[in-house]
Amino acid sequence: MTEHPRLAPRTPVTGRVGDSVQRPDAVLKVKGDFPYSSDLQVEGMLWGATVRSPHPYARIGSIDASEALASPGVRAVLTHEDVPGRKVYGLEIPDQPVLAFDVARYWGEAVALVAADSPEEARRAAHKVQVDYQVLVPLTDPELALTPDAPSLHEGGNVTRQVRIRHGDQNARAEVVVTGEYEIGMQDQAPLGPESGLAIPDGQGGVDLYIATQWLHIDRDQLAECLALSREKVRLTLAGVGGAFGAREDLSMQAHACMLALRTGRPVKIAYSRPESFVGHVHRHPGRLRYEHGATRDGKLVYVKARILLDGGAYASSSTAVIANACCFAVGPYECPNATIDGWVVYTNNPPCGAMRGFGSVQNCYAHEAQMDKLAAALSMDPVELRIRNAMKTGSSMVTGQVVEGPVPVADLLRRVRDVALPPATTSDPVDLTEMPGGVSNTTHGEGVKRGVGYAVGFKNIGYSEGFNDYSTARVRLSVVGGRPRVEVHTASAEVGQGLVTVQAQIAGTELGVSDVVVLDADTAVGSAGSSSASRQTYVTGGAVKAACEAVRERVLSLAQSEMGGLSADAGDGRRLENDAIVSADGAVVVHLATLLGEEVIEETREFHPRRTAPLDPETGQADAHLQYAFAAHRAVVDVDTELGLVKVVELATAQDVGKAINPQAVEGQLEGGAAQGLGLALMEEIQVKDGVIRNASFTDYLLPTILDMPPLRMQILELGDPHSPYGLKGVGEPPTISSGPAIVAAIRAATGRPLSRAPVRPHDIVDTSPLPS
Amino acid sequence: MEFLQPSTWTEALQMKSAHPEAMPIAGGTDVMVEINLDRHRPASILDLTRVTELNQWGADGEFLRIGAGVTYTRIIGELGDRLPGLAMASRTVGSPQIRNRGTVGGNLGSASPAGDAHPPLLATDAVVELASVGGTRRLPVREFFTGPKRNAMKQDELIAAFLVSPAKGPQQFSKVGTRNAMVIAVCSFALTLDPVRKHIGTGIGSAAPTPVIADEAERFLEGVLDEGGLWEKPASVDASALARFGELVAAAAKPIDDVRGTAAYRRHALAVMARRSFGWAWDEYRTKASE
Amino acid sequence: MKIACTVNGRARTVDGAWEGESLLSVLRDRMQLPGSKNACEQGECGSCSVYMDGVLVCACLVLGGQANDRTIVTIEGLATGTALHAVQQAFVEAGAVQCGFCTPGLVVATHDLLARFPEPSVMQIREALAGNICRCTGYAKIIDAVQLAARRIAVDEHSAR
Repeated sequence: MTEHPRLAPRTPVTGRVGDSVQRPDAVLKVKGDFPYSSDLQVEGMLWGATVRSPHPYARIGSIDASEALASPGVRAVLTHEDVPGRKVYGLEIPDQPVLAFDVARYWGEAVALVAADSPEEARRAAHKVQVDYQVLVPLTDPELALTPDAPSLHEGGNVTRQVRIRHGDQNARAEVVVTGEYEIGMQDQAPLGPESGLAIPDGQGGVDLYIATQWLHIDRDQLAECLALSREKVRLTLAGVGGAFGAREDLSMQAHACMLALRTGRPVKIAYSRPESFVGHVHRHPGRLRYEHGATRDGKLVYVKARILLDGGAYASSSTAVIANACCFAVGPYECPNATIDGWVVYTNNPPCGAMRGFGSVQNCYAHEAQMDKLAAALSMDPVELRIRNAMKTGSSMVTGQVVEGPVPVADLLRRVRDVALPPATTSDPVDLTEMPGGVSNTTHGEGVKRGVGYAVGFKNIGYSEGFNDYSTARVRLSVVGGRPRVEVHTASAEVGQGLVTVQAQIAGTELGVSDVVVLDADTAVGSAGSSSASRQTYVTGGAVKAACEAVRERVLSLAQSEMGGLSADAGDGRRLENDAIVSADGAVVVHLATLLGEEVIEETREFHPRRTAPLDPETGQADAHLQYAFAAHRAVVDVDTELGLVKVVELATAQDVGKAINPQAVEGQLEGGAAQGLGLALMEEIQVKDGVIRNASFTDYLLPTILDMPPLRMQILELGDPHSPYGLKGVGEPPTISSGPAIVAAIRAATGRPLSRAPVRPHDIVDTSPLPS
Repeated sequence: MEFLQPSTWTEALQMKSAHPEAMPIAGGTDVMVEINLDRHRPASILDLTRVTELNQWGADGEFLRIGAGVTYTRIIGELGDRLPGLAMASRTVGSPQIRNRGTVGGNLGSASPAGDAHPPLLATDAVVELASVGGTRRLPVREFFTGPKRNAMKQDELIAAFLVSPAKGPQQFSKVGTRNAMVIAVCSFALTLDPVRKHIGTGIGSAAPTPVIADEAERFLEGVLDEGGLWEKPASVDASALARFGELVAAAAKPIDDVRGTAAYRRHALAVMARRSFGWAWDEYRTKASE
Repeated sequence: MKIACTVNGRARTVDGAWEGESLLSVLRDRMQLPGSKNACEQGECGSCSVYMDGVLVCACLVLGGQANDRTIVTIEGLATGTALHAVQQAFVEAGAVQCGFCTPGLVVATHDLLARFPEPSVMQIREALAGNICRCTGYAKIIDAVQLAARRIAVDEHSAR
C-alpha cells in the first residue's frame, strides 16, 4: 500500500457562536508541526519542475526533451502531448492550456514538466528542455486589445466579457459635474505559502492529491477532465494552506503533479519558488477607470457614468465575474438614480488576472471615492457629509435595480470612523525615526512632513452571484467517544487561514450543545463546500453545518422520545441540547447524550443553498444579482514627507457591520489583515509588467507591508444582523481590503494637494520631479 | 559544485589561488539568493565564515581596520560611536536576521550600486584591503567600483578588510525606500563633516552604475564654509548655498528608470537628502562647537 | 556532501546533500524538520528564522556546509516537551496565528527579541520584527502576542527569584 503523508492531528474545539475560540491548529502552527502542502514528504517521492515560456507571446514549434531525459535523476519529461484528457482548463471558460500548445500567451506560462529524484536534478533538467519558440509581438495594452485591428489572442476576440448597466435616465443632466481618470496597478495576493502539493498514484489508474487550494471540488472536476479520469479516481485532500486571498482559485501545479505521478507511478511533489509563484497564479486585475459624476448644488448625486477597463491578461480565470462586480459596485454604496456603466475585461499577453480579496470592488472604490472627494471639493462640502447625504440605506436600490434589504449602515459607519478621536501629531523632538515617513532610513526629522486625513467607504457582494448554484455540504456525526459525546464535522471547505475550522466547530457546538467538536480533514469524500472565496464560507458552509446539526438534533430528540417518551415530537416543549445533554426548558438535565446514545451513531448530511440570484441582463445590467451586501468604512491618517514623497500611515480607523461575529477575535483578525492588504495596494504593492514581462517577481522588489508599515487599527465592529443569513452573519473577509487603500490615498491627497489618480501611489507621484525651468 | 571551507586566512588565499573561479561566501545574503532562485550555479564556493581573522577589527595607525567578515549588527553595536555614518547605513540593511549575517566585505564583493555600506565608505575615504597569495594591496574605495556589480578585484584576490578613520565630526546617512523597513535603496546619500581636514565627504548610492561621490558638491560646500570662516565660527549656512549643494549632489548622479524608481525622482530625492543631511550634520557641529 | 551539526540539542548528520543546498532545505528535506518555512528563499520574509550559534538568521541564506559543526535551534526546538514556550502560548492566545506560515519565523524572532529586550516598546517590537512578513494578520495581534509573552516571562522570572 502506498504511504500517505502525515496530516494534522485532529484537535477538539470547545466553544459556542460568539466566543473568541482558539484555533484548533494554532498550537501545531506555533510549534512548526502543522503540515503545509510544501512540507509533505513520502518515501520514494519525486520532485517536479516546470519549464516556462521566457516570452510573453510565442508560437511553439517542436519541443526536444531528449537532453533533459538523459539528465541525471530524471524520471519523466512531459509536454502538452502527454495531457491525457482535455488540454485546457478554466473556472469560467476553459481556455488555459494545462501545458502550452501552439502558442504561449504569457511570460512564465507552463510548457513542459520534469520529474526527478531531487529538486536540483529536476531544475537542471528543466533548463535542458529545448523549446523552439517563434517569438511574436505581444499585445500588452488593454486599450489596444479592444480595438478591431488588434490581433485576436483567443477565438472569439479579445473581449472576455462586456458588462452594460443602464439605470434610470440615460440623459440626466446635473448642476455640478466632476470627471476623473484612474489607474490601478496589478496587485499580487502573495500568500506566504507558495503553490505546492503532493500527488500519489493509487496503482489502479487513479490519483490522490494533497493540495493547498480554495475549492477542492472544482479542482477535482477540472483535473478529472484533463486527466481523462472519472471523478471517483481523482481524490483530493486539503493539505495545510499558507494563505490564499484568491491566488488558489485556479489550478496551478495540480494537474502537473498528477500527470507526473500517473506517468512515473511514483509520488510527485511540486513546490513553487517565490518567483515561480508570481507566474503560477493569477493576480488582481489592473484597471483603467474613467468617471463622470453629476450632482445637484446641495450635493445629491444625479448620475454616474463610468467606463471600466480591466486587463485580464492571457486567460479568462474568473475575469467574467470580476468585471461584473466592478460594474455592479462602480458607484459605491450610494443612492444614484441614474447610472451608465460600461465595463470590459480583455485578453492581453500580460500575466493572467483573476480573483483577489475584494474581487472587482477594489479598483472601482479608488475611483468612486476619489470622485466623491472631488465632488465635495467642487461643492465646498465636507467629504464625509457628502457621502452621508448620498449613503445607501435599507431599501435603497442598486444601479442594478436590486433593492438592498436588511441593515445598510453606510451613514452610520462613516459617522463612526469620523468621530474617532484623531491621533496626536507626531512629535519630532526628540525624533523617533521609526515614527517618521521613511522610518530608520533617516530621510526626515520632520522636514516637509504634512499630515492628511482621508475617508473611504466601500461594499461588495458576499457569496457567488448572477444565478450561480451556490451551496455547501456538511456531514455531521454524533457518537460517544470515551464516555462523552463527540461531534465530528466533515466538509470539503478549505481552511486557508481565515478560521473556518473554528467557525464550523462553534456552530456544531452551539447547535448540538456538545463541548467536544472535531472538524475532520477537508477532502472530496464529502460533497462540495464551494470555494473559500467571496467571503462566503461562514455563511454557506456555516449554514450547511447548522442544517446538518439541526437534522442530527431532530434525530436525537426523536431517539429520546422513542427511548424515554414524554417528549413532544417537535421539541416544542423547549427541550434542547446543552452541556452534552438534553435539557428541559428550565435547564434541568433530561438525559445525558452519552447515556442516550450508547453505541449509537447519528449521522446526517445536508446541503445548504442560499437564496438564488439572477444573471445581469446583458443590455441593461438589471437583476437581483447578489445574495448579500457587506459594508465597511475607513479613515486614514497619514504623515507625508511632501518633499520626498514618502508616506507613514499613522493610524487607520474602521467600522464594519459583520451581522454577527461568530468568532470575534477572528473577525478582528480579518479586519486587521484586510486593511494591511489595502494599505499594500495603496502604497507599495504592484507587479510591474513591461512588454509582458514581470520585472519584480520576488519579495525583494514586490514589497509587502511590514510590521513597521502597518499602523494601529481602531475598529468598531457592528453586529446588526442580516434577517436572511444563519445567525444574522455577514461575510467579513473582503470589505476591509476595499476601502482601506482608497482612504489612505485620500489622506495623501489631503496632505499634499496632489491629484493622485493612480494606485499604488509612488514617491514620484507625490513630488513634482519635472526639471526646473532653466 | 565544489564546497571549499578554509579555516585560516592563509588557507583561504591558497584556495582562492587554486580556484580563482570560486565564489566567496560570507553571510550569504547575496550569494544564497542567486543559488536558491536558480540564477547562478558557481563551479565552486569558498566559505569564509571559518576564517577568524576576518571577524576582527582594531586600530591600524590612525585608521580602524575592520575585517571583511564583521557583520552589520556588530558594526552598529561595537563601532557605532566611531563610525556613526556607517552604523546608520547598517541599521537600514534588511532586517535583524540579515544584519546578523551580512557583512561590509560581502557588500563590497557584490559591488551592487545599491549596497548600503558603499555611500558611507565613499564619504569617509575608506580604503579596501585586498589580498592574494602574492601579497596585499590597499585601494581607496573611490577606485574600487568599476561598474554595476563589478569591482577592481583580481580573480585570485579576496577582500581582507576595509580601513576607515574614526569620525572626526558629524556623519549622516539617508536612504529612500518605498516602505518603512526592509527595502533596497531607491537612492541613498552619505555625508561626512571632517573639521580637522575641513573636508566634506559624500557618497551616493543606487543612482549611477556604481556608487559615486559628488566631487563638485563637496568642493562647493567646502568653499562656502571656508569663505565664511564657518568651521571656526559655525553660523547657519545660507539656504541658497544648501540648495546649490543639493543640486550639485543630484548632478553627480547618473540614475536610470527602473522598478524601484525613476531617474528624475532619484535626482530630486538626492538633492533633498543632501540638503537635509547637511542641515542635520551642521546643526550637530554647531551644537558641539557651542558647548 | 556531508553536513554534521547539532540541531535542537541532537547531533545530526546528513549525507549526500547537494553543495548548493541551503540550511533551510537541509532542515526541511533531509532532517524532517519542516517547521522553518520556505516562503521566499531570499531573506525577505523571515519565515525560516532559526538560531545558529545563538544568532537569529534566515536559514535560507545559510549554505548547508556553513552549518557544519554549528548549533542550530529551530522552531521545533523551542517547546519543552508538550509545554509551549511562553512566546508560543502568547501567539495562540492573542489570535496572532491565521494561516500560520509566517508563525514559526515570527515565534523564533520574538524569542530572540525578548532575550535582548525583555520589555520591548511597541517601536522596538516593530523594528525587531520588520524582517518577518505576515500576509494575514496585519500584525496587530502579533504585537499583542509579543507584549503578552513579555509580561508572562517577566512574571515567571520574578516568581523564580
